[in-house]
Amino acid sequence: MLTDDYHPLKGKRLEVLKADGSVVKELDPKLDDATLLSIYRTMVLTRLADDKAVKLQRQGRLGAYPPTKGQEASQIGPAVAMEKDDWTVWAFRELGNLIHRGVPLWRLYLYWMGNEEGSNYVEGQRITPSAVPVGSQIPHSVGIAYAARSRKERTAVVCYFGDGGTSEGEFHEGLNFAGVWKTPNVFICQNNQWAISVPRSRQTAADTIAQKAIAYGFPGIQVDGNDVLAMYIATNEALERARNGEGPTLIESYTYRMGDHTTSDDATRYRLEKELEEWAQKDPIKRFRTYLVNRGLWDDAKETALNEELAAFVEEAVKKAEAYPRPTLEDTFKFTYEKMPEELEEQLAALRDDLGKEG
Amino acid sequence: MALMNMVQAINTTLKEEMERDESVVILGEDVGTDGGVFRLTEGLLAKFGPERVIDTPLAEAGIVGTSIGMAMNGLRPIAEVQFMGFSYLALNQMICHAARMRNRTRGRLSVPMVLRMPYGAGVKALEHHSESTEALYCQIPGLKVVVPSTPLEAKGLLTSAIRDPDPVVFLEPTRSYRMLKEEVPEGEYLIPLSQARKVQDGKDVTVIGWGAMMPLIQKAVDSLRGKVSCDVLDLRTLSPADWKAVIASVKDTGRAVVVQEAPRSFGVGAEIVARINEKALLSLEAPVERVTAPDVTVPLPKGEDYYYISPDRIIKAIMRTASY
Ligand SMILES: Cc1ncc(C[n+]2csc(CCOP(=O)(O)OP(=O)(O)O)c2C)c(N)n1
Ligand SMILES: [Mg+2]
Repeated sequence: MLTDDYHPLKGKRLEVLKADGSVVKELDPKLDDATLLSIYRTMVLTRLADDKAVKLQRQGRLGAYPPTKGQEASQIGPAVAMEKDDWTVWAFRELGNLIHRGVPLWRLYLYWMGNEEGSNYVEGQRITPSAVPVGSQIPHSVGIAYAARSRKERTAVVCYFGDGGTSEGEFHEGLNFAGVWKTPNVFICQNNQWAISVPRSRQTAADTIAQKAIAYGFPGIQVDGNDVLAMYIATNEALERARNGEGPTLIESYTYRMGDHTTSDDATRYRLEKELEEWAQKDPIKRFRTYLVNRGLWDDAKETALNEELAAFVEEAVKKAEAYPRPTLEDTFKFTYEKMPEELEEQLAALRDDLGKEG
Repeated sequence: MALMNMVQAINTTLKEEMERDESVVILGEDVGTDGGVFRLTEGLLAKFGPERVIDTPLAEAGIVGTSIGMAMNGLRPIAEVQFMGFSYLALNQMICHAARMRNRTRGRLSVPMVLRMPYGAGVKALEHHSESTEALYCQIPGLKVVVPSTPLEAKGLLTSAIRDPDPVVFLEPTRSYRMLKEEVPEGEYLIPLSQARKVQDGKDVTVIGWGAMMPLIQKAVDSLRGKVSCDVLDLRTLSPADWKAVIASVKDTGRAVVVQEAPRSFGVGAEIVARINEKALLSLEAPVERVTAPDVTVPLPKGEDYYYISPDRIIKAIMRTASY
């Protein structure tokens, strides 16, 4: 078991893809070519879509946005390991996982443009909306997993949060419940080294986040989060354990936030350019591309064609999101309860009068 | 005197109070190196060091809980929560401990702390960044709730809050942080808590508001100048409030409009109307109107304009009341 071989207290980190694009043979998941190419496709799409969101924000076409650049492997590796019926419970910086699992990009843009319809994903899609209060989604993921088991489903729940999120009480409560209930949960902490301006070392005095799992009574593992194959095999093993009734796992994805915290932030105020340059060397997309090239699956011509195709796809998504109608006054009322109380009907009518043609 | 916006006025106040009193410490998320996400604590880490300006782990219950402990043991903590929408994690600490320690120990222990946070909508922000849930805090005996409306007000009220012997929730209107600059005196400047401010005298209608609603009220009454004469009150401290000032004004005018950013039901506005009923009912010549948000979740930016109060809605309410 990987969680034994890479036990957090042994001070080891799981790596499959080396910086030169070669793989550690005995760990190679031997994914077929089509899967490898689909991973690469989502990685590039995520990067392009993310860059575009930042640009749109700068042009005033999208609201505050948390860039995900650098964390693509950490999000897409697990998405590849997940089954259609598994759940993603996310925070707010998991674009790659959502795209790979089929959330329409235009909906995600719509959300960041400030329209609630952006959280109305495809019917039946097992993905919660973003949870902005840090750490608050963690207990939900445990409840979802509990319900899945009690309804005799063989599904698992992947829950994402950040290194900062591990400081909130809900992290403790959620993981503790999961340990006691032995629920089918896979907790993925994207340790991107920063929580806005606060470095990982100021969140916890522990050496790793992965080792926190030990105290909750289940396995943990630290994984190179810029290595999409390592993230894939670690999640795969954890999902299998979850489905077999063997309980939760905590995966610490050791990665890096290459952008600002959000478009409202300026990371140069608190972190050194040198650090960013070092991590740029470990760019998850570059590393995976080298691997594909070494395997004879990729070349410059394909790269150019893919970039063109995906850039056009992103433009389409922007167009669709921007063409989406603005919510009506009634839209802001009608989902408060299943049935609108009479009192709220009256408030709606009064406000419509007051707003005049605006409403 | 110097021209300052509210961010600068608060930053200066924090600096001056830390210079004056060594027991004042600041703690919160990103308050140190980053100077706070809105830059309220800019430069303070460099000046006072990490023992007094503390970048905490990301945990509001931890920030407020440790502040309570510090306050019980000789420090004067100023806790910053990044947005009001994230303060609920610390409600347990505020309600169960900060508010009650004095009563519980018959005065042996007290909690002289300030919980500072930005509040309010009208800035097209992400979900949870636009909350105006002051009523939650106002209903708790033992807490004081203060809302400044201008840079000068922020300085005077924050100074008093920091020196107050009891826990004070200090709500800063995000929308007003950089909206306006005004002359703010250097050095000590205090505005007593629980004293409303008469913004302008008038004889027809009393208009009552606080915080981010004040500039909107100003616009509304300015545009009615010559038509309706408004007596405008900035409540400043929501709890314990200056009911005398409210009653005195309503007795003069016989008409009142209350402007509250929060949803309509169970808010501070309802309390104001109740007080007027109790003490000035016989002076009333019209029902007291409330201009509020509807009882819905704050919409995301695309729907925010429906929700956020406009001067136009205030004007209509004043006109209805004046002509009743
Ligand atoms: C309860 C709560 N407190 C504060 C914030 C403001 N905030 C948003 S993101 C963030 C840092 C999160 O850091 P981390 O969990 O490491 O995730 P990352 O942003 O690095 O992806 C903070 C403090 C919030 N959203 N929720
Ligand atoms: Mg982080």
